[in-house]
Amino acid sequence: MNKAAVKKPESIKISYFNQKLLTAPYLVWSAAFIVIPLCMIFYYGLTDKSGAFTLENVISIASAEHAKALWLSLLLSFVSTLICLLLAYPLAMILAQKNVSRQSFIVLIFILPMWMNFLLRTLAWQTLLEKTGVINSVLSFLHLPTLNIINTPGAIILGMVYNFLPFMVLPLYNSLTKIDPNVVNAAYDLGANAVQTFLRVILPLSVPGVISGITMVFVPALTTFVISNLLGGSKILLIGNVIEQEFTQASNWHLGSGLSIVLMVFILINMLLTAIFDKNGEGNAL
Amino acid sequence: MKNKTVFSCGKKAGGLLMASALLAISLTACGSADNTAANGEVVVYNWGEYIDPETIDMFEEETGIKVVYDEFETNEIMYPKVEAGASAYDVICPSDYMIRKMIDNDLLAEINFDNIPNAKENIGSQYWEQARGFDPENKYSVPYCWGTVGILYNKTMVDDTVDSWSILWNEKYADNILMQDSVRDAFMVALRLNGNSMNSTDPDELSAARDLLIAQKPLVQAYVIDQVRDKMIGGEAALGVIYSGEAIYTQRENPDLEYVIPKEGTNVWIDSWVIPKNAPNMENAEKFIDFMCRPDIALLNFEYITYSTPNDAARELIEDEEIRNSSIAFPDLSQYDLETFSYLGEEGDALYNSMWKEVKSN
Repeated sequence: MNKAAVKKPESIKISYFNQKLLTAPYLVWSAAFIVIPLCMIFYYGLTDKSGAFTLENVISIASAEHAKALWLSLLLSFVSTLICLLLAYPLAMILAQKNVSRQSFIVLIFILPMWMNFLLRTLAWQTLLEKTGVINSVLSFLHLPTLNIINTPGAIILGMVYNFLPFMVLPLYNSLTKIDPNVVNAAYDLGANAVQTFLRVILPLSVPGVISGITMVFVPALTTFVISNLLGGSKILLIGNVIEQEFTQASNWHLGSGLSIVLMVFILINMLLTAIFDKNGEGNAL
Repeated sequence: MKNKTVFSCGKKAGGLLMASALLAISLTACGSADNTAANGEVVVYNWGEYIDPETIDMFEEETGIKVVYDEFETNEIMYPKVEAGASAYDVICPSDYMIRKMIDNDLLAEINFDNIPNAKENIGSQYWEQARGFDPENKYSVPYCWGTVGILYNKTMVDDTVDSWSILWNEKYADNILMQDSVRDAFMVALRLNGNSMNSTDPDELSAARDLLIAQKPLVQAYVIDQVRDKMIGGEAALGVIYSGEAIYTQRENPDLEYVIPKEGTNVWIDSWVIPKNAPNMENAEKFIDFMCRPDIALLNFEYITYSTPNDAARELIEDEEIRNSSIAFPDLSQYDLETFSYLGEEGDALYNSMWKEVKSN
């Protein structure tokens, strides 16, 4: 477009108009499914049943049950994000070093499960981990001690890591492949050993990918209620479960929306960090 | 939650989602274009796995009315959808206390029983009598299924006599107990064990019940709703709180299972067909309810879902004598101290919900 603009100044207007026109469906889409729902959440969250303004719904996050659920959610999603990062980084490095045909094959293997419904995959973990489940049947057949992690926070973390790992691998892989091999070679030429090269060249250059991956894992992990329901036996209440139950069970949309606003603050903080560290959107792999 | 995931993976995934949504819409459009829609449609909102799908096909074939079928998991999930009126249903199948709430909030239409001759003819008078508890003049609802709530236990895993709710607090069965993940059912167990009414709104009685449930929580393997059935069949747990209708099915699949109504008494519930006020196809709704009350159809449904039918004419048709006189499907209720849930009002509901949240977050 820039080139065209230099050659034919009068075409700028048309292409600018066309561009606007092309974005119209996307604008309608975002208005209908992002902006309006957001406004509704704010409306419900900041009013009570009679429609009068109140901050009570938002403040109720400080109550013992809600604060505990939020704290637990933050803790579990932090641990899951950390595990994802530790697992994904070496994998992304190996991937980035492979030749192209192998790369795409391994990336495909990682994306493949994502084509299957997320709920089904989580349900499958339930079947695997149950007391009389697949894993325990095999273990007891081999006379090995059985695994009892279903309905514990451990199972929830496992579910989060399993479901969200690809969201960490792909941005990391993306930013690692963008590193010019000459930069790494230059580091070696100038006498850096492998550890130094990694810490002072590769790691800093992959920060956008790291930050992007952290956001992509942390945000869905923080808000999940399905994983904690299915793998936690509904015994462990995360903030996502509290909000879900306010909508579905207690039919108190005002409280549910108020708590969603609180959750949004945490998500915004996370996105702000991404914006600061990943200015060019380099880490966005998908 | 799912939206957030999609949102964070950017435009490409969003486009994919949009494409699949379009595909889904065009598929449904094709689905409704077949010739059964000649006489309009009826939108049914029922519990999950609560009807023999064959009866729906038969209804469509006989009447030419297309059935649009939707399912819910608990009364509490169903209610806000109907109240909001966003999706207009023609026939819904809520439970007793929820029907009362819907009547009180003016959500239900009076049923014209002249158009539903099968109802009065086939459904036993004692069920109409019992339904007066939530529908005093029998004007708004037609009983569909009824039953009790009790304990299902695995004989190979439990060696105590099971006759009281208190066994659910026995530490011997830690991590082997399944509780209902539904606020009224969970509190019913604790309230009855304390000798209180399960419709209590006394804060002291409720606090005591809450403390009891909190004390029980470490022993509970999971809070589940429909999954209790499969988990008990699979031997995943020793004891589970279950609806009587599920008990017959689970026994068929796993003969080691036994169903008991605890001596402290329990909930006798009725799920009834109702027609909401904003139903767009009122006539078709009446035809649907009438069809469901036909003895042969009620029998098909009973054999498929195994929940007790109030349809006396259908019960006569059950061939297997053991099931016709089964103490699980058709128990003699006179020996138990039984209650039916009643609607507690908005304040009562709020009290239960906040206490339940304390239990769950503990």
